[in-house]
Amino acid sequence: MSRDAALEHPGLEGLNHNFLTGSLEELVKWARTRSLMPATFGLACCAIEMMAAGGPHYDIARYGMETFRASPRQADLMIVAGRVSQKMAPVLRQIYDQMVEPKWVISMGVCASSGGMFNNYAIVQGVDQVVPVDVYAPGCPPGPQTLLHAILTLHGKIRDGELTRRPGEGAGLVVERLDGQAPTPVTLGRG
Amino acid sequence: MGLLRGFAVTFRQMFQRPVTNQYVIGTGEKAPKPERLHGRHVLNRYEDGMEKCIGCELCAGVCPARCIYVRGADNPEDDPVSPGERYGYVYEINYLRCIHCDLCVEACPTEAITETKLFEFSFTSREDAVYTKDELLVDDDGMPRHMPWEDWRPGEDEHTSAWMRATSPSGSAAFEGRVAWTGELGYGVRSPEAAQADKDAVTVPADDDDHGHDDHDDHDHGGGDH
Repeated sequence: MSRDAALEHPGLEGLNHNFLTGSLEELVKWARTRSLMPATFGLACCAIEMMAAGGPHYDIARYGMETFRASPRQADLMIVAGRVSQKMAPVLRQIYDQMVEPKWVISMGVCASSGGMFNNYAIVQGVDQVVPVDVYAPGCPPGPQTLLHAILTLHGKIRDGELTRRPGEGAGLVVERLDGQAPTPVTLGRG
Repeated sequence: MGLLRGFAVTFRQMFQRPVTNQYVIGTGEKAPKPERLHGRHVLNRYEDGMEKCIGCELCAGVCPARCIYVRGADNPEDDPVSPGERYGYVYEINYLRCIHCDLCVEACPTEAITETKLFEFSFTSREDAVYTKDELLVDDDGMPRHMPWEDWRPGEDEHTSAWMRATSPSGSAAFEGRVAWTGELGYGVRSPEAAQADKDAVTVPADDDDHGHDDHDDHDHGGGDH
């Protein structure tokens, strides 16, 4: 298939809603919400609450988040728990890039979300400067149930969101092709 | 044989009641919270509907996370918003910075800002996290407004931490039962907090396993004159 043909038939991205694929989409989204695997990314005290959420009383395993995966290749959810220092930011981004699509990020706690009370030179003022964040969980630290609330909010977001990136969505950036053809929309990150 | 004993422990657990708290947004059970938990703020009103906030910015000054932004304005002569000279014209709290330390509540001279017990909320955008005065101020019945991303249950707005402290300052027994708290719209003058001895009698669980709960009778709570 030539490059132009690939653009005309973009595979799954050209998928439109109809009766059959609509139901299939629901199924896939259902499966995704029930099998989120979080990557281990506890950075500070929020990680203690994250561990508590994994314990028997709050038990995120009942949402299919059985274990915190030690390898980003096996994870599709990154719970950034704790303050991200400037030195940690490139590591965070690398871990995020190593995770497989589709992937989501929960920014847990005020430090990860906005720097919190650490408004200084050492702390990244909001992890969404580094990775795209889907759900912010407030609190210092958020209790396990706030984290569960964030996870359930993310479930709703996956359920109501798009299954794939669709043409014309995404970052809305348009690049010019050098051979003088029509401008081609490209999608950066998730749609 | 030691191996089998270990497996027996595992096997016995299969018949135990699970301890998991079945939390779901909206319907599931929440974990019990302490009465003084610091949650999402509210801005209170007096019983006649006037706002308690006078726009003095003490809460913003004391906030260690710098999450509060207040701008006061002079009260209009014909239709005053608060009984004082000024009122809170702009009041914003950024919940992506707030660490729920309750210092704003302690600093507030008019008991305008208090904290509810709501802690189950999360945002999908940064704009949602900045609560404006409209969202923080109680409604015409004196009840906190419920945002769509918050999980309110009945009773969570009843106990505010500052009210607790106002009825027993520093935990001193000499102040037990005294109300030093102006009336609020929706609740009126709240009744004082129960004495510490009564609370201990209620809160000590009467279970059989010993987790060090025994000998609660003669604890010296709160530096009273004994």
